[in-house]
Amino acid sequence: MDFDLTEEQRLLRESVERLMTDRYDFEQRRAHARAPAGWSGEIWAQYAEMGLLGLPFAEAEGGFGGGPVELMIVMEAFGRGLILEPYLASVVLAGGLLRHAASAEQRAALLPALIAGERRLAFAHAERQARYHLADVATTARREGGRWRIDGEKSLVLHGDSAQQVIVSARIAGGRRDRDGIGLFLVDADAPGVRRRGYPTQDGLRAAEIGLDGVEATALGEPGAALPAIERVVDEAIAALCAEAVGAMAALHALTLDYLKTRKQFGRAIGEFQVLQHRAVDMFVELEQARSMAMFAALMAGEADADARHRAMAAAKVQIGRSGRKLGQEAIQLHGGIGMTMEYKAGHYFKRLTMIELLFGDTDTHLAALAEAGGLLV
Amino acid sequence: MDLSFTSDEIAFRDEARRFFRTEIPEAIRARAAAGEHLAREDIVTCQRLLNARGWAVPHWPREWGGRDWTPVQVYLYQDEMQRACVPPPLPFNTSMVGPVIAEFGSEAQKQHFLPKIANLDIWFCQGFSEPGAGSDLASLRTSARREGDHYIVDGQKTWTTLAQYADWIFCLVRTDPAAKKQEGISFLLIDMKTPGITVRPIVTIDGGREVNEVFFDNVRVPVENLVGAENRGWDYAKFLLGNERVGIARIGTSKERIARIKRLAAMEQDGERPILEDRRFREKLALLEVELKALEITQLRVVANERGRARGKPDPASSILKIKGSEIQQATTELLMQVVGPYALPYQSEPEAGSNEPPLGPEFAASAAPTYFNWRKISIYGGSNEIQRGIIAKAILGL
Ligand SMILES: Cc1cc2nc3c(=O)[nH]c(=O)nc-3n(C[C@H](O)[C@H](O)[C@H](O)COP(=O)(O)OP(=O)(O)OC[C@H]3O[C@@H](n4cnc5c(N)ncnc54)[C@H](O)[C@@H]3O)c2cc1C
Repeated sequence: MDFDLTEEQRLLRESVERLMTDRYDFEQRRAHARAPAGWSGEIWAQYAEMGLLGLPFAEAEGGFGGGPVELMIVMEAFGRGLILEPYLASVVLAGGLLRHAASAEQRAALLPALIAGERRLAFAHAERQARYHLADVATTARREGGRWRIDGEKSLVLHGDSAQQVIVSARIAGGRRDRDGIGLFLVDADAPGVRRRGYPTQDGLRAAEIGLDGVEATALGEPGAALPAIERVVDEAIAALCAEAVGAMAALHALTLDYLKTRKQFGRAIGEFQVLQHRAVDMFVELEQARSMAMFAALMAGEADADARHRAMAAAKVQIGRSGRKLGQEAIQLHGGIGMTMEYKAGHYFKRLTMIELLFGDTDTHLAALAEAGGLLV
Repeated sequence: MDLSFTSDEIAFRDEARRFFRTEIPEAIRARAAAGEHLAREDIVTCQRLLNARGWAVPHWPREWGGRDWTPVQVYLYQDEMQRACVPPPLPFNTSMVGPVIAEFGSEAQKQHFLPKIANLDIWFCQGFSEPGAGSDLASLRTSARREGDHYIVDGQKTWTTLAQYADWIFCLVRTDPAAKKQEGISFLLIDMKTPGITVRPIVTIDGGREVNEVFFDNVRVPVENLVGAENRGWDYAKFLLGNERVGIARIGTSKERIARIKRLAAMEQDGERPILEDRRFREKLALLEVELKALEITQLRVVANERGRARGKPDPASSILKIKGSEIQQATTELLMQVVGPYALPYQSEPEAGSNEPPLGPEFAASAAPTYFNWRKISIYGGSNEIQRGIIAKAILGL
């Protein structure tokens, strides 16, 4: 057993944390948010320079060769900085699909520009009726001559508005919720027949609705049996989000502690009230429990046994969802009025934690799935 | 012991229900139900309709428009109003400054202000909190210095709700810097148009614009705008804060919201079935209904107790209503967000006129997360839930 980081991992953590400290304080973050895309191109280039955009890809393919633990380290730092850039969308989700579903030739064609920060991808999967069911795909792909054509409505595409290319899931066979018959297709965002409506999300990030009317597309890998790859990538994304949430929780807890020590009412620091001390302790307990499960998620994200992996991710998401909600609510409460304002960082952490809970299955959905599967200790 | 209402009370409830649901514009009630932003005119319109019916200030003294209702009638009135999603009469006017003026103001103040306050011809905001004086309100520092027949006011208030709409502000100010904390405070009415007042908006985490900072720089206030006696303002503030006894639990609002969640959860599909058929979800809702029922009966017990109590002296048990009522309301916002699910994610500002972009996701999706965020405030303001627990510990438990 070993919870220590390797020398390389420590260096990675230090460099990402330093970037966050230098370039992502609250005021800088606001400036990044004001950029036309809603995030900073300059910072994106910085991620590229540091090798972060190539993190999960094999060294032979120009990547950094990092695994889930490296991703955890980076995402935790990103959670502290509350970054706005499309890292999850482009590197973890779309990049994950390239790793698990694309051919070596396709990767060779797409990865260099992605790793260099010149091209961003998004993953268009969710649909209005699907809720959290990954197999619920109504968008269709049909063959016409030698080409694929896609029709359908994709929804809540994370950072779908600024991606140059979109990986779209679509059905080539089967009924709406069948596990079989789903394929993955690469679409140019400005191809004829693509409709895009971008919008901000509650946590200050971006997403898009994407409509496809007979859009020409290239299949990623062999269409028809893409669901396992999608599930695997979503599991990786859940592990990444758990780490991001832990970073956000840790920063929010530190912010709250600092406030308890400095805010004075009734002639003393409010942190001297024992009742508030205990609340801060309970928040700390939530944070540490969440941290443990984010580690568990990272260690299980590469698990080949899909069933064991799903169960681990469900468990981690439940813990993170509950801890994040509790810690977030308490942080706002202990700040009093100042916690309710856009001008103060606490509320932004709270909102991101709330949205993380709702992404890729909320707490009750994962709890039900885990209970259905017989729990964790099988 | 009997939990049922008399036939008179039932007749009164039915009359209230009919009035709220037929006379108050449907469009405004629907906007309120959806958690949308209400314009100043909406709030004014509703209060004037209530006032025309004699129902804006039923709890005031009779000569100023009060109705001498029994506590049960007041309860039924509020419950029906909340269930019909009628924006309530502006609390700063009708629950806060109005009763203070009626009780402690001069005859001239009563004549001038009370009818306008009841009809919302004058909109008041509440200038109590300051950056350094939140829970510890008595540590406030905004000063009022007497100079001839004026006070010169300097300082800053904060979290002032809807100051951008207000014509006047009622303020606690320090008139005797030498006296101990509670004893040097006075209660002043200040016209927001007076030179030297600046209002700066504070945007809340839901993106809303409901609170402000209000700065006073050498603001001249005629001495006749002092309410009651100089340096007695703390007593009036305690009277004011103790006046909101019934209704703070907002049980009617929670009932309405639970009904809405059920409607929505019956429509929104999760796989093969509506969310409402999910066992865990149903149990969560049922548990909330149990807690709400318990609180409703607790509230009725507090209401029944009211009869024997002096005006302005709150029953410390009303702190139970504040704590539990805010927790239940917050829980309803969480359940609504759960129903909306992934569609809580988009930040959808209110539809602009002429925009033809359809809203994203199910009905109420746009306001689900903002309402959850915004509702965190109700355990902070009006005496935070920690302060309420302190009151119970001291005044009821004797700790
Ligand atoms: C949306 C909103 C609208 C508001 N509108 C108005 C308005 O119109 N007019 C107005 O005057 N004010 C208004 N307020 C201010 C509100 O009354 C204060 O926020 C409230 O009194 C708490 O003060 P504070 O924010 O300074 O927090 P603090 O008093 O600094 O409290 C911080 C934390 O410490 C806790 N705490 C403080 N003292 C103790 C103690 N002794 N024991 C245990 N815990 C303690 C609090 O409960 C809280 O959790 C509004 C506030 C909000 C959020």
